[in-house]
Amino acid sequence: MIEKKPIIFLLLATATILVGTVITMVAPFWWINDPKLAIASVKPYTPLQLEGRDIYIREGCNNCHTQTVRPLLSDTERYGEYSKSGEFAYDQPFLWGSRRTGPDLARIGGKYPDAWHVKHMKDPQSMVPRSNMPSYEFLKQPLDTSLSERKMQALHFPYTREDLMELKGKSELDAMVAYLQKLGNDIPWRKAAQAVVVGELKNPFQDNMAVLPEGKALYQQNCAQCHGKDLQGDVGPKLSDLDKPDAQVFTTIYSGSQAAGMPAFGDSLGKERTWKLVTYLKLRQRH
Amino acid sequence: MDHQEGYADDVVKGFLISSMLWGFVAVLLGVVVSLQIAFPQLNLPPYFSYGRLRPIHTNAGIFGWGIGSFMAFFIYITQRLTKTRLWSPGLARVQLWLFNTVIALAAVTLLLGMTRSKEYAELEWPVALLVVVLWVIFAVNIVMTIVKRREEQMYISLWYILATLVGVAVLYLVNNAGIPVSLTKSYSAYAGANDANVQWWYGHNAVAMVLTTPPLAIFYYFLPKSTGVPIYSHRMGVIAFWSLIFMYLWTGAHHLLWTPVPDWVQTLAMGFSVMLIAPSWAAVFNGYFSMNGQWHQMRENYLAKFLIFGITFYGLQTLQGPSQAVRTFSAFIHYTDWVPGHVHMGTLGWVSLVLFAGIYYTVPKLYNREIYSVGLANLHFWLAVIGQLIFSISMWIAGVQQATMLNASNPDGSLHYSFMETLIELYPYWYARAFGGVIYFVSLLFFLYNIAKTITGGAPQAVAQKA
Repeated sequence: MIEKKPIIFLLLATATILVGTVITMVAPFWWINDPKLAIASVKPYTPLQLEGRDIYIREGCNNCHTQTVRPLLSDTERYGEYSKSGEFAYDQPFLWGSRRTGPDLARIGGKYPDAWHVKHMKDPQSMVPRSNMPSYEFLKQPLDTSLSERKMQALHFPYTREDLMELKGKSELDAMVAYLQKLGNDIPWRKAAQAVVVGELKNPFQDNMAVLPEGKALYQQNCAQCHGKDLQGDVGPKLSDLDKPDAQVFTTIYSGSQAAGMPAFGDSLGKERTWKLVTYLKLRQRH
Repeated sequence: MDHQEGYADDVVKGFLISSMLWGFVAVLLGVVVSLQIAFPQLNLPPYFSYGRLRPIHTNAGIFGWGIGSFMAFFIYITQRLTKTRLWSPGLARVQLWLFNTVIALAAVTLLLGMTRSKEYAELEWPVALLVVVLWVIFAVNIVMTIVKRREEQMYISLWYILATLVGVAVLYLVNNAGIPVSLTKSYSAYAGANDANVQWWYGHNAVAMVLTTPPLAIFYYFLPKSTGVPIYSHRMGVIAFWSLIFMYLWTGAHHLLWTPVPDWVQTLAMGFSVMLIAPSWAAVFNGYFSMNGQWHQMRENYLAKFLIFGITFYGLQTLQGPSQAVRTFSAFIHYTDWVPGHVHMGTLGWVSLVLFAGIYYTVPKLYNREIYSVGLANLHFWLAVIGQLIFSISMWIAGVQQATMLNASNPDGSLHYSFMETLIELYPYWYARAFGGVIYFVSLLFFLYNIAKTITGGAPQAVAQKA
């Protein structure tokens, strides 16, 4: 009996452990990161983005934020196009995480303008009321670039002298924002999402004064952080004398505008509440 | 069998005291990070933020409290089951110092933000190398003791001990492969979906080889020792052992359902996870059936309470785990608070209750004294169980609620709630979780007080018996 032979027992146990290991952990190396799954538009990190990524790792952001969008409606509607294997080809280590105490960040790139991130990192609650994210104001300290070049070499990422020069005078926060703005943005999914027609664009609450209180509440919750409590403008433009057709205002809120740095709110507000917001923005001027 | 003199037990005492210290740190930090989630202003960056403290909590718990106790019990149990003195007590003393150095280094480096970011494998490469040295020293000492044993037959606990020694070694070496950039910074050797698959092969089998096989070794030894009943079925133990260590290694990707890892890997993980119910429950039945005719001990013997509740939480854990590994259910609860609820039933319920039993059993023997207070031990038991249940149940409800809200949609197909609207509703559950954690922490204080009083005071057992 092997219960009387410890060395044979040890070898047998090792063999037993190795069966599943070889099939489900070693063998997939032949499938994953296959050239067929590569996405040409996915680029390695620049030195600044890589430094930002290292700060993301240092601060343990992955303890609260995931970075993988599952092919499930509640994920894709909320965060965008589902994640593809090829998008992570340069991620050493991967940062998919295991718990969404905060939202998924796989497609955060391009969702908000840089200025939004700067304000949010400094004081998260000022941009997202009742958020439980800690303040990362201390990231305004200067970026340590002593290892930047060696890091690029270690990962075999291409870089130029200009890339390294770009690091001069940058803060850790600059690096973090540069990293966040790259996330999920290498494939042109956001443009495709914006092109989707959102149905017939007629305001169901046109001239309906009854929705103003709700519209105002929605504004204060979602918009005031960037456009100001009194619509006077801040990160985003002034809205107090907004003079655009309802349908255009709706589209801008619902689908966002990457060029203008306006996030899409359709996923979180839905159509009805977006129209109420439009109604508020248009009708409040008449008072 | 209990002739204490010949065995190297001083080092067992050292490991037990160390592990209790790290357990105290782990639970205290657990309370701190649970409060930080509920009250974000309690984060004091850069050092005392959730992102940096949470890995210290998990490392102190799994490696400080868990591995520390396992090292103590493996050395204690192996000597007695082989009727042989530890191969090298000197090496074991080196191991004790190295162990405490590694855990302290882990805490400091993680606090400074030196991390590889992979869960339960965060330690940067110089510390990870020390872990490898530590493990080799440990494994050699145990294996050599078994090789030189005077008892021919290896009892079931020794199988689990041997599997742990080899399993942890394989897992740790593969997942820690990296590219160093400096003394304090390295990158994973694997990229993207590959890295994810390696990490969760490691991560889930850390659950197997650290949080399952060692507590089972301890359970199978201390249940008969504490209750005086033999294990119900040796054969069931054999079947359960081999099928457990065979199947566990296939299941890592159930942490990666719906991710870009190949579908067939996910499907295998799902299937094997469900099959794992069988060997897991074989151990549960072995525990229960051993108690047949002896259930009155649950009233009279506090050690039986810890052990049987422990194996019961193991049974619940190994039903809940496989259900979470099914794609449809994973789609619903993965990434929510349900998962920390699940994990803590395993760590606070199963693993810690069995460790408490082991410590309550061995400390009086090692120090030749009676336990200071059985009443305090009972109080500890009930507070621990209540604290853990408050924690887990509030997290399960929170997870289901958030999952339901995240999935709610409007008639036009758009989502009903924004992410923040679902988060705001979690605050009451986070307060409840912190409350459960505080109760567990208080129970731990009673435990530590009881053990400290046992070690320092009380009448020596032998003297009391002679008189």
